[in-house]
Amino acid sequence: MDLQTLTYIVVGFTFALYIGIAIYCRAGSTGEFYVAGTGVHPVANGMATAADWMSAASFISMAGLIAFLGYDASVYLMGWTGGYVLLALLLAPYLRKFGKFTVPEFIGDRYYSKAARLVAVICLIVASITYVIGQMKGVGVAFGRFLEVDYDIGVYVGMSIVFIYAVLGGMKGITYTQIAQYCVLIFAYTVPAIFISLNLTDNPLPQLGLGGMMADGSGLSMLDKLDQTVTDLGFAAFTEQKGTTLNIFLLTASLMIGTAGLPHVIVRFFTVPRVSDARTSAGWALVFIAILYTTAPAVGGMARLNLMDTIQTGEVGDPAGNLAYEERPQWFRNWEATGLLEFEDKNGDGRIQYYNDANPDFAATAAAAGWKGNEMVKVDRDIMVLANPEIAKLPNWVIALVAAGGLAAALSTAAGLLLAISSAISHDLLKGMIAPQISEKQELMASRIAMAGAIGVAGYLGLNPPGFAAQTVALAFGLAASSLFPALMMGIFSKRVNRGGAIAGMLTGLLSTLLYIFWFKGWFFIPGTEMLANTPDNWFFGISPEAFGAVGALLNFAVAIAVSRASDAPPVEIQDLVEDIRVPRGAAAAVDH
Amino acid sequence: MSQEFDKSGYWKANLRLVGLCMTVWFIVSYGFGILLKDALNSFSLGGYPLGFWFATQGSIYVFVALIFFYAWRMNALDRQFGANED
Repeated sequence: MDLQTLTYIVVGFTFALYIGIAIYCRAGSTGEFYVAGTGVHPVANGMATAADWMSAASFISMAGLIAFLGYDASVYLMGWTGGYVLLALLLAPYLRKFGKFTVPEFIGDRYYSKAARLVAVICLIVASITYVIGQMKGVGVAFGRFLEVDYDIGVYVGMSIVFIYAVLGGMKGITYTQIAQYCVLIFAYTVPAIFISLNLTDNPLPQLGLGGMMADGSGLSMLDKLDQTVTDLGFAAFTEQKGTTLNIFLLTASLMIGTAGLPHVIVRFFTVPRVSDARTSAGWALVFIAILYTTAPAVGGMARLNLMDTIQTGEVGDPAGNLAYEERPQWFRNWEATGLLEFEDKNGDGRIQYYNDANPDFAATAAAAGWKGNEMVKVDRDIMVLANPEIAKLPNWVIALVAAGGLAAALSTAAGLLLAISSAISHDLLKGMIAPQISEKQELMASRIAMAGAIGVAGYLGLNPPGFAAQTVALAFGLAASSLFPALMMGIFSKRVNRGGAIAGMLTGLLSTLLYIFWFKGWFFIPGTEMLANTPDNWFFGISPEAFGAVGALLNFAVAIAVSRASDAPPVEIQDLVEDIRVPRGAAAAVDH
Repeated sequence: MSQEFDKSGYWKANLRLVGLCMTVWFIVSYGFGILLKDALNSFSLGGYPLGFWFATQGSIYVFVALIFFYAWRMNALDRQFGANED
């Protein structure tokens, strides 16, 4: 059977599964729509959280980043997992005890302020919308490459599938579909990794394979071999640090704090039955996430080695040591067709030279060999995971599986984000502020309409991606870290922080982070409006815009505490509320409004 | 809420536990994975330089263990202080 038919069958089967689950798990009340009736088992919730969390970026982009950045990409590994420790220890159990439906609702109640709730709603919607664009793009790209349909049709199909199970099932439908999606995506991610690890190191566990010995009899460890292969061609060693320590430190902190502050992740912990379940459920979520995240370094490292070895087949400097362009493998041709891989024969020898032509120490070696510049003019990082099974010559069904896995990752995250957006609109804006008198039935209808609207907006932005689509990760994590996380944490751990302090803190964190991102990336990401070029030399103390969220969070804490100290303590009933959420007892009764 | 148990003792015990876990969290990631990475890289774990291993593998394993440790200790505290849900 050819690859395309096989891919249609695998992807079609998974889609049928998602829709079947959605029909089985329809939501009948707002409680079921917003928080799945708080009846989700902690292990099941952990699995759903893992699928919710692991987006197209985790599945497709992260291993590619690791392949080319090496050690420096560990900020994503630590940042996107360490945030769960913050969630489990500082937020999840208390917010579950609070027992309401949304993140802005907590901020509004704790700071007895509709203005604070509104600021939280705005942060939530901006962070979630920017994030969802990336998912829609991921769906379009996966369809385009594997099913050879138009990008646009891919986005429409993705929108329809999400529409069916998210509008129908709400959080309940989304939760159970996400469990199925987790199984698909983790299987699709680990199977190729196991094969590749076996090929290279004889070790079936990629986590051990990356630290193991090469199976080629060279007597080298996998990482030494990789370091040697890349440094022989003038690239920086895989295990070496390239960025500044301060920036790596702050970027890790921003990603951790941002992870803990993203509303679509937090709200998942509202779905478990008890406070103690919220604690363990965060642990299970991280177990399921860690399976992919600890595999990713091996996928990235081994893909890099396979790629280099495919092109540099012999000694560096020996003319026959480079792959002849005419003999390039099929996957090379496939990816050339997509424009994500480009070759240019600069020295006209018909062979491919892939090396670091920006390294002055390597210039003499390159000149002696008659090389006239790096001929792999484009190697898109995102293709590493998708091309990996082909590079390693794995069977077609594995490649089909990777396509289904990428789609599962993008769809599950999109659904979680869309739910966060729709509940912020129907529950926080409509029921909480504009029309408090509406009945539960009307609110449920409103949330379905809001969900449909959010899917429409996300689809429109996916079809017409704004120029800033690639920059949105910085924005989403920056907002969550600088504005939402500190407000939530202080709301639990301080009885003294009051309305004025919280609002001042949130606005300070939000505006300082936005200012810093826009300063280097253009106002509202409009090209040409940046105040300074986005280069490490211009950055304040060498802090990249992506890493500024941690600074914004610190400013938020400082301002909120200072303003609160200078003004009156919160009312007694708010202090009682804080006392109450700190203790698990009485959680079950708190669910009903 | 009933007042029959020692709320402030319970909260202080919780804060101590959170502090301990956060310290470990900081040491394995920011400490071993970033600030002390170069020093640790002179040791190796299998074929991994130790600092590199903490940054790409070890810290994640410790994070998982920390969350379960915290959940286990907190459940015990809940029972000890009578703050549990059922």
